[in-house]
Amino acid sequence: MWETILQIFPYAIAYTVPLLIVALGALYCERSGVVNIGLEGLMIIGAFAGALTIYSLQNQYGTSVWTIYVGLVVAAIAGALFSLLHAFASINLQANQTISGTAINLMATAITVFLARNITGSGNIVLTVGLAKKNLSGLSNIPVIGSLFFTNSYATTWIVLLILIVLTYILYKTAFGLRLRACGEHPHAASAAGINVSKMRYVGVLTSGALAGLGGAIYLVTIAGEFNGSVAGIGFLALAALIFGQWKPLGILASTFFFGFATTIANVSQVIPSLATIPPLILKVFPYIVTLLALIIFSKSTQAPKAAGEPFDQGKR
Amino acid sequence: MNRKGLVSIIATILGLLAGAILMFATGHNAFEGFMYLIQGGTKSIERIGNTIATATPLILTGLSLTFAFRTGLFNIGTPGQMLFGGLCATIVSQTVSLPRPILLIVLILVAFLGGAIWAAVPGILKSLFNVHEVVSCIMMNWIGYWVIYYVVQDYFPNGNKATESLPLADELTLRSGWLSDLFGGSYINLGIIIAIISVFLIAFILNKTTFGYELKAVGFNKDAAAYAGISVNRSVVFSMMIAGGLAGLAGLSQYLGVATNIQIGVMPSQGFDGIAVALLGATTPIGSLLAALFFGLLYAGRGFMSVMTDIPPEIADTIIATIIYFAATSILVERVLDKMASKKANKKVTTFTETPLMDKDIQNTDNKNESLGFMPPTDNEKKGEE
Repeated sequence: MWETILQIFPYAIAYTVPLLIVALGALYCERSGVVNIGLEGLMIIGAFAGALTIYSLQNQYGTSVWTIYVGLVVAAIAGALFSLLHAFASINLQANQTISGTAINLMATAITVFLARNITGSGNIVLTVGLAKKNLSGLSNIPVIGSLFFTNSYATTWIVLLILIVLTYILYKTAFGLRLRACGEHPHAASAAGINVSKMRYVGVLTSGALAGLGGAIYLVTIAGEFNGSVAGIGFLALAALIFGQWKPLGILASTFFFGFATTIANVSQVIPSLATIPPLILKVFPYIVTLLALIIFSKSTQAPKAAGEPFDQGKR
Repeated sequence: MNRKGLVSIIATILGLLAGAILMFATGHNAFEGFMYLIQGGTKSIERIGNTIATATPLILTGLSLTFAFRTGLFNIGTPGQMLFGGLCATIVSQTVSLPRPILLIVLILVAFLGGAIWAAVPGILKSLFNVHEVVSCIMMNWIGYWVIYYVVQDYFPNGNKATESLPLADELTLRSGWLSDLFGGSYINLGIIIAIISVFLIAFILNKTTFGYELKAVGFNKDAAAYAGISVNRSVVFSMMIAGGLAGLAGLSQYLGVATNIQIGVMPSQGFDGIAVALLGATTPIGSLLAALFFGLLYAGRGFMSVMTDIPPEIADTIIATIIYFAATSILVERVLDKMASKKANKKVTTFTETPLMDKDIQNTDNKNESLGFMPPTDNEKKGEE
């Protein structure tokens, strides 16, 4: 059993990390009062931008590791830029955020494959080299924890955890974070207190765009290895994790880890005999079912931002 | 031409323009592209048949979303409902042997029920626990995605091909010899007849029956409906189930008509395209029919275009996605229309009298509010007529 856990643990973490970072972005977005179901699309944009950057850099400069980090940064910028479409629609034009988010999803899939076909001929961009797994020297020798967390880990895992800590601090311990949360709870009160609601919501949406783009690129360099116009539903899974985590950073950390672990067990259960007894279907639908259950259980005491999904109209009371 | 229709047409033109810009930007000839796109969908009687076949599931998903929008719901669960309705019909067709007329009726019922069951979950959650249907529909989509994935893989695999179900013989699906022959051997099928009947049935239910009136009333104002003695919870569940059933029929026409098996590991794009169909059709049943035929043309023609030029076929998907975006941001178009209208009004004012300024303002706020709600009532609904 311990052997099995050791075997799948690094995969589970690798799967959790993109989920976590995308769900964190969504947290900022929804806490500022904008619902973003375009996460999947923004991830695809990030994966595409990252793949294209890394592909062309590696062709020119060889396969050194800095090309991957440049790709991650470009992916975050691309995601933020693309999310401007959603921000503009839902903040300035008071559009229906679900429709706008769906449009983002469909547009991202179509346009990236369209461009990829123009560039490489096929709809795919295959990376020569992805991110390598590393053992953290020193830390990996700690008993139990060392072999679980610090062996065969990706550098991106630690970057994402750092981002988690920073974002949690900003959200709860700074004036800016308080203002952001106020815009998602009661934008009229926030506005009366002199906060620029539109600006805060732009920050929320752009953060989610950047982090979703980053998440897409992390999925690309750690798990997928190629861009093919899809991120396998991680964007929607992140949305489920956000709800199951009840719109709180630590809740999200726990829920993404749960979901990441369940999905990983489902993915590897065919290969590992001791897990083959659990039907993979149960594991695959587990995240969505528990999210539905969470919606029911917390329906009376939901922690969802009260104004999420509602356009802010200053004249409306 | 009412205002809603005008906004739809402007959204379409903007979407096509965006497609043209994208083609130019990637070094292709957009005029040629559009020419071949249209030719690919209309050039021969067979191609027209294929356009209609491609449009069939879109008519039904568009109708599903239209019905949901009109009753105040956002049924984003159409992909999951399509998959589950299609799966139920496939299971019946694979396992039960019935004479063809009876089989067809059973398939329609089973597909409708399958979709309805899948949609009943968000409906019940909304009515009992006040869970927003968008979120629960998205969850149901992915549950459906994986249920179909493993059921097909374990019970109806197509030999070595792990990504699709075992194909059905034509006699066991909606495909029909005489209809195909009529359209030069295209893959048009009886689904189009189901779709057209559904369009008129839904239009009738929405506009001419007490039942439809009650469902719409709940969509407009829950509290007022409850005060008038309408059971809100029951209405929400019924609305979701009918919308889901229509999506289930879309699954039937897609997986046992356009194709003869289910592709697994794919969220059917027709589900989300239904949003575009419904919005472009100004959330009316007849509008959905027309909008779906237009999208069917884009989808059916893209292969031909891609062969004749070297423009990737995804241009059609890009155009449709852009149209959805412009439909969502229709307030922009409406503001421009308002400005144009008020300029006209101002001109009249200066030549005749100065008073109607007040009227103009009232009209403006009216239009603004209309675009604000979750799903705005259409002009038609305000007048209470189709």
